Amino acid sequence: MKASRIGPWIAVTLGALYFLVPLIGTFEFSLRMRRGTYSFDAYRIVLGDPNFQASFLYSVVLALATIVVGTLLVVPTAYWVQLRLPKLRPLVEFVTLLPLVIPAIVIVFGYLRLYNSQSILPLTDSSRGTDLLLTFGYVTLALPYLYRSVDTGLRAIDVRTLTEAAESLGASWSTILFKVIFPNIRSAILSGAFLTFAIVIGEFTFASLLNRPAFGPYLQLVGANRAYEPAALAIIAFVVTWACMGLIQVFGAARGPTQPK
Amino acid sequence: MTFIDIRNLRKSFGPATVVHDFALAVERGEFVSFLGPSGCGKTTILRMIAGFETASAGSITIDGQEVTDLPPAKRNVGMVFQAYALFPNMTVAQNIAFGLRVARRGPDEIAARVEEMLRLIKLPDIAGRYPYQLSGGQQQRVALARAIAVKPQVLLLDEPLSALDAKIRVSLREEIRSLQKDLGITTIFVTHDQEEALSMSDRVVVMNEGRAEQIGTPFEVYNYPRTRFVASFVGTLNILTATVIDAENGRLAIDGREVLAAHTVEGRASGDTVTVALRPEAVTFGEAADGRDELAGTVEAVSFLGAVVRIRVRLESQTVSLDAFNQPAVRLPAAGEPVTLCFARDDLLVVAGG
Repeated sequence: MKASRIGPWIAVTLGALYFLVPLIGTFEFSLRMRRGTYSFDAYRIVLGDPNFQASFLYSVVLALATIVVGTLLVVPTAYWVQLRLPKLRPLVEFVTLLPLVIPAIVIVFGYLRLYNSQSILPLTDSSRGTDLLLTFGYVTLALPYLYRSVDTGLRAIDVRTLTEAAESLGASWSTILFKVIFPNIRSAILSGAFLTFAIVIGEFTFASLLNRPAFGPYLQLVGANRAYEPAALAIIAFVVTWACMGLIQVFGAARGPTQPK
Repeated sequence: MTFIDIRNLRKSFGPATVVHDFALAVERGEFVSFLGPSGCGKTTILRMIAGFETASAGSITIDGQEVTDLPPAKRNVGMVFQAYALFPNMTVAQNIAFGLRVARRGPDEIAARVEEMLRLIKLPDIAGRYPYQLSGGQQQRVALARAIAVKPQVLLLDEPLSALDAKIRVSLREEIRSLQKDLGITTIFVTHDQEEALSMSDRVVVMNEGRAEQIGTPFEVYNYPRTRFVASFVGTLNILTATVIDAENGRLAIDGREVLAAHTVEGRASGDTVTVALRPEAVTFGEAADGRDELAGTVEAVSFLGAVVRIRVRLESQTVSLDAFNQPAVRLPAAGEPVTLCFARDDLLVVAGG
């Protein structure tokens, strides 16, 4: 091996160890529930727990709702900024980055202040209202990732010319958006969607402070009271996240009909 | 009868006016080209006709209906773009059918029209392919089929051949012209390529700095340029400075050598300087006979261009280029050789604004 390659290999190895050792340790620990032998007992208990199923299902539904609402908000906005308001791009990018710099706890206290039972719009008065508020909160959290994915997708196609071509053929704005723009940035939307899914599945602060039965608070609850199950849950959460990342890669690399020669 | 009537059209972007009081009347079924360099305003006018740009002033009427403020989708104007603009997520058939679906035509009618269009562009077997599976020329043919499938009242072509290689460009321009003639569709074509404009059009609008410098048939624009800009932009032209000796009789001096123009030099007095234009193909070697003028100089450079050899001759302070056919049997003068050039008086054009 050439001397010039040793440095990068050491860096990669150290990085891999830093990432993999705790993960392997957690996985190994999660298998130790039965004394003296490795078993998947912790996984069996976790997966058989009705609270796990309910909280996971709840978070999955909310993640899907977040993806739908976020996509319907972000795609037309990014499209409009690219097509008609390019000067606003820095401002929109700044706004979409705010959730990264404002802590989730600040956002959720803001929500509680704005939408409590004494406010004009008392969303926290009912479970459905709070679910709605939580969805909007998740849309805010996912905004930096969703907006960037969609914006990158839009930059890869000639938005202006495609729009004008469709307009000259008599298409309305909704037809242009749903028949021309959405299908051509499908992989970008899916990338953003999988990132959103991964964020929502593990989110704790919003769900806990709004008192909703999501997967994040369930993870915390189990972690506080059990030994091996939290390790199993951590591995399950990793698998879900990795599956999402893998799907991003699959859809990102797929050579679909939208790709140029 | 005028089909497209453009009056006093102006377009400003902030303080910059890019189109100044443009006016044009296009007959039904006519093929008109906007020819000019980049930034001359030709595409902006086309985009105002399509509705993609809003006019700052003036009006556009198509078939008696004013469309100046109508959105693009309501104008029934077909457009073909330089970048093809085929929808990448749709097959060729879906692309062609797009406008028909938007217009809510029946499935049988759409299928028949798509088949008809594919036959028309001579690509009947590519209905199921995606744009990325087609060559540039094929993509542009499909874009053309998509634009005319909805039977627009006007077809707008925005430099549709610019992205194609030379050979395909020539064959496609012939196809576009023959298709336009067959369908009788009123067409406006934007190009910066004078050969395209001259070979395809019924009339050419030569544009410069947001204004129409000259509107005329290709023959008129090429042979009788009205301004120095038209003379220099359309074709290769020798632009020379001459001094008026006798304006009424058309006597001029080019680098001290007297020549006689075919017409009087209007609005100029003796001693004034004028710009004259001379096509390279109008100049030959040899001494002048009746009705011809001559100039003397030295060969400066000989350029082989294939079928034609271009020879640059230095007079005293100016140069004149002339084109001679490449005939191996005929000897052409070499660089440094003194020569006499002659040309018909009719070919010496005194250019306005010069």
